[in-house]
Amino acid sequence: MAELTPSSSAVSTTTAGAPPLVEVEHLSIRFPVGRSGFWGGTVREVHAVDDVTFSIARGETLGLVGESGSGKTTAGRAVLRRIDPSAGRIRFDGIDITDTKGKQLRNLRRHMQLVFQDPYASLNPRMTVLELVAEPLIVHGLAKDAEAARPEVEALLARCGLPVDTVDRYPHAFSGGQRQRIGIARALALKPSFIVADEPVSALDVSVRAQVVNLLQDLQDEFGLTYLFIAHDLSVVRHISHRIAILYSGKLVEIAPTDRVYDNPLHPYTTALLSSVPVPDPQVQKGRRRIALTGEVPNPVDPPPGCRFASRCPEVHDRCRQETPPLEEKAPNHLVACFAR
Amino acid sequence: MTPSTVLTNPPVTPLLDVSELYVDFFTRRGVVQAVRGVSFSIERGETLGVVGESGSGKSVMAQTLLGLIELPGRITGGDVRWKGESLVHDAGSTLGRVRGKEIAMIFQDPMTSLNPLFTVGTQISEVCRRHTGANKRQAHERAVELLDLVGIANPAQRVKQYPHEMSGGMRQRVLIAMALACDPELLVADEPTTALDVTIQAQILELIGELQERLGLAVMLITHDLGVVAGLCDRVAVMYSGKLVELATAEEVFADPAHPYTAGLLASTPRLDKVESRLVSIEGSPPDLVDPPVGCPFTDRCHLAVDQCREAMPGLKIYESGRRAACWRAFEVNHG
Repeated sequence: MAELTPSSSAVSTTTAGAPPLVEVEHLSIRFPVGRSGFWGGTVREVHAVDDVTFSIARGETLGLVGESGSGKTTAGRAVLRRIDPSAGRIRFDGIDITDTKGKQLRNLRRHMQLVFQDPYASLNPRMTVLELVAEPLIVHGLAKDAEAARPEVEALLARCGLPVDTVDRYPHAFSGGQRQRIGIARALALKPSFIVADEPVSALDVSVRAQVVNLLQDLQDEFGLTYLFIAHDLSVVRHISHRIAILYSGKLVEIAPTDRVYDNPLHPYTTALLSSVPVPDPQVQKGRRRIALTGEVPNPVDPPPGCRFASRCPEVHDRCRQETPPLEEKAPNHLVACFAR
Repeated sequence: MTPSTVLTNPPVTPLLDVSELYVDFFTRRGVVQAVRGVSFSIERGETLGVVGESGSGKSVMAQTLLGLIELPGRITGGDVRWKGESLVHDAGSTLGRVRGKEIAMIFQDPMTSLNPLFTVGTQISEVCRRHTGANKRQAHERAVELLDLVGIANPAQRVKQYPHEMSGGMRQRVLIAMALACDPELLVADEPTTALDVTIQAQILELIGELQERLGLAVMLITHDLGVVAGLCDRVAVMYSGKLVELATAEEVFADPAHPYTAGLLASTPRLDKVESRLVSIEGSPPDLVDPPVGCPFTDRCHLAVDQCREAMPGLKIYESGRRAACWRAFEVNHG
C-alpha cells in the first residue's frame, strides 16, 4: 500500500507551482432522516457524501461524474457553501471557507456561481431577461436597479450568444438552449472565477447541447474560469474536462486526468460505467462488451462497512466487505480507492 | 404543401403500416402541426428506431399508433393499419382488441406509469385478466412468470411489492413485464431508458434485445439518443419538425447519412471513443410548427440549402439502394 494519504496526494494532482483554486478535504455530508432504536434514541442519517477529497487548479475543469444518488450535486453545492458540511474542510483561493458566515459569505459568493440543470425551472417566469441577469449585480450593490445595468446586461447576453433585442422579454419566449444561455449570463454577471455547472446540458437536445458546451469552453478560455462540471453523461464530460472524479454512493472511487480515465480506468466501477455508455456507431457498438453489473446500490442510510461498491463488484474480495479502501495514487496523478488494484 | 411520395407496399402486408399520417393540435396559439405526412412500415420481428429532438413529432406519432391522442390533438389525415386493419377509421373495435394485447407500449417515466396504490402483481394480473380471460390464480402465476422473464430476482416475493419499494430500473422491468403480458407482436418503447442511469440503461436495452430475439417481437424504439439506436436497431427513421426526413438501415445511416440533419445530429453527438477539440453544433433552432415554412423545415440551419429548399418541401424519395430521404441535396453531405 502506498504511503500517501488522500490529502497529500490531492495536492500533488494539481498543476505544479500555483496553489489550487478549490480544495476539498475529507468532506462528509449527512442528512438526518429519522430516528430508530430505544425511544428513538438513535438518529438515522443518509451519508450523501463520505470523506471526499479533491482539488481544482485555476483554469481547470474537473468533471464530477456519478449516477443518481451518488452525491455529486450535494458535493457541488457544499463547495459553494450552499449546504453545510458535516465534516471536512473547504478552501477557496487558499482561504478556509468552511465556517465563513454572513457578510463575508455573501462577498465570497461573488467569486463562485452556479449554473443549474433545468433551464425551465431555474428562471423566474415573472422577471424579464434584463431583471434576471441584473439581479446578482443589484444584490451585490454593483448596480442601483435593472435599468442602470442595461448596458452591462446587453454585453453579457451578446457574449452568451443571445440577440440584444431579447433583453426585455420573459423566459417563456425562449427555447431550452436560449434559457440556458440566460442562466450562464446570470452566473457570469459578477465576474466569478469559479463556476459549478450542475448538469448544465442534460435537459437539452443533442444539437443544442453542443452549442452550450462550446460556449462554456469559449468562456473559460476568455475569462480564465475554473469549472466543476457535474454530469452523468460520460461522453460530454470527456469533451469538456481536464480531469475526472468518479463518485459512487457518496464515495470518491477514482480521480485522474481525463485521458487516463477513458483509456486506462482502474476502478471496477469506472470500467463498468464506461462499458455501459453506448457509442453512436453500430459497427463499434455491436462489437463492444458490456460488463454486467448485478445487485443494487447500497442504502445510503447507515451504509454497511467496507467498499460501497462491494455488493455489485465483479472482483470483490472478502476484505472489501470489512474495510474501506483508501484513495491512493496508483499511477502519476491517478488516484483510486480499490483493494483489487 | 407537397405531399410526400406515397410508398409502394411490399408484397406481404406489413405488421404495421403508417401512411401519410397528419396530427394537429388545436391550441389557443393556433394549430400546431405536430406530425406532417409521415409514412413508414414495420415488419414482423424488426427493430425500428425513431430518432428526433424534442418537438420533432416522434412521441405524438407513437401515441397515435395506440389511439392515445386526445383533444386538443386530432388525426387530420392518413391512416395507421395494423395487419391491414385501420386503427384510425372506424377504430373503436379494432383498437380495443389490439391495444395492450397485440401492440403494447412502455413509456419514459417508470416512476409515474405505475399506480402507487396497488402491488405490481395486481397491476400485471389486471392486464392478463382483461385481455386473456385468465382467472385470478392463473393471472397471478403469469405475473410471477413474467417478472422472472424480465430478469427480476425472487419474483414470487417481488410480485407482492408496491412500486415505491423498487428502484427505477426495477420499475421499468415491471412495465416491460406488463407490456409482455399478452404476448404482443409489437412493442412501442417511448424513450424507455431516458430517466435511468447509464448502467441500468444498458441492462434494460439488453433485456429488450434479448426478449425480441426470444419472442420474435417487433420493436419501435423512440429515442433522442443515437447511441441507444446504434446498439439495438435494424432500421432507423429520423424525424424533424413533424416530417420523416430519412429512413435506412442503422449501418447506412451511421456510416453515410443522406440528410444534412442526420449528418449534423451525428456530428454533434460527442463520442466516448473519440476526442475532438470542438463539438460540431447545428446553429439555430427548429421552426414553429404553428406556422411551418413552405419549404424544407431544416433550410435555415442547413449549410447545403439552395433556393429550391425554401420554395418546396422535398418528398421522401426512394433511392436505388432502397434508402429513403427527403432532401433536394440528399447524399451530398459526404460526397461533396
